Amino acid sequence: MRRTLIVLTTLALGITAVLADSDVIAQRRELMKANGKATAPIVAIMKGGPFDLAAVQASLKTFAEAGKKGPALFPDNSKTGDDTAALPAIWENKKDFEDRFAKLAADANDALSTIKDEATFKSIMPNVLKNCGGCHETYRAKKS
Amino acid sequence: MRRWLPLLVLVAAVGAVAAWFISAPRPLYARENWRAYEDGGDAARGRVMFMVGGCESCHKTPGQADPLRLGGGYELKTPFGSFFPPNISPDEHDGIGQWKVVDLANALLAGVSPAAEHYYPALPYTSYSHMTFEDVRDLMTFLRTLPAVQGRAPPHRLSFPFNVRRGLGFWKLLYLRGGAPTPDPSQSAEWNRGRYLVEGPGHCAECHSPRDFAGGIVASRRFAGGLTADGKHKVPNITQGGPLAKWSKSDIETVLSTGFTPEGDSLGGDMAAVVRNLAQAPPADISAMAEFIKSLPAIPSAGK
Repeated sequence: MRRTLIVLTTLALGITAVLADSDVIAQRRELMKANGKATAPIVAIMKGGPFDLAAVQASLKTFAEAGKKGPALFPDNSKTGDDTAALPAIWENKKDFEDRFAKLAADANDALSTIKDEATFKSIMPNVLKNCGGCHETYRAKKS
Repeated sequence: MRRWLPLLVLVAAVGAVAAWFISAPRPLYARENWRAYEDGGDAARGRVMFMVGGCESCHKTPGQADPLRLGGGYELKTPFGSFFPPNISPDEHDGIGQWKVVDLANALLAGVSPAAEHYYPALPYTSYSHMTFEDVRDLMTFLRTLPAVQGRAPPHRLSFPFNVRRGLGFWKLLYLRGGAPTPDPSQSAEWNRGRYLVEGPGHCAECHSPRDFAGGIVASRRFAGGLTADGKHKVPNITQGGPLAKWSKSDIETVLSTGFTPEGDSLGGDMAAVVRNLAQAPPADISAMAEFIKSLPAIPSAGK
């Protein structure tokens, strides 16, 4: 009986792990979507829209959060499936990939304390945004 | 039958000779006249051509970050094999330090090397051939200001028949239509400048259009989306029949100079390098490119 239980539990854990594949892909997709949503108001300000410190800070918090959560959402068993745009290069350069997330978090946190007005936004924000394209260049497949 | 044999041999021989002549590389500028074309270039204007042309995307020494070290050697994988773009730094021995302006003009405007051989259209001269001579001269003037880098790229690794350079003579007959575009008087000066930059130095159509079996752009679907050079990933439709229908001209300017779409996405892949380069072009030129791109007639995207 006990043995059966152990076997069942192990099986259940295994199945959960397999299910987690597509789950984790959905999670990182949500994370990136949130990043995009947070970027839109930043881009609007860069294009000459009114400066809104609260909105900028909210976006920076989203980026910092993404930088922290990101690495865990790319486990080895999530290389393919669910039409993922993640490229195999991620798992071939795992250290660099994770360092980039850490840098995003660090830059975003740094900007949170240093961006105080439109002038500091203009000088500091581009440095944070560089992280997006830098990572997409190597690690994301083209869409559409 | 035997009577006809000499005739057949003759026809074959005439055909072979004709094919040899038809496929001959034709430089636009005679090298012995190089002095007449050498002077008058402007490095600052040439730098704009370099940034719009994105030369570094293929010619930069791989594995280092400086886009102005043009030692070549990057592996450009394609369905025809691997190309290794050469060293175009001013190094006298390994680069193009001994080139004259006419050499660069022949390379970009006619796809012909100083040794009078065809270049492969991996160097997108199908687009560059729409550049003006003056812009090529400016570009050469700029390239000469860059650091000399030693070392040569490995030879291209191509399968038969693509490894026969002479055959490109026929390819050029089909696909190479050079010459700077005649300005369209019904359009603004900005639109005309934009068309020149997009169709010529910018060579946008080279990735944003599908190609036929011979590697030529399918004219009827120009700008309607294509594949990356390696054939693995899709490149978006940039006519008004694709996602850009929802973008304003100013949205397109922002995408070209920052990489950020109005939806907040950040462009990746090969386009990331394109954006890094375009960010250093004058805003007026980015605006002109956006004006032209926004005017591209809608062609529906190909089905999945």
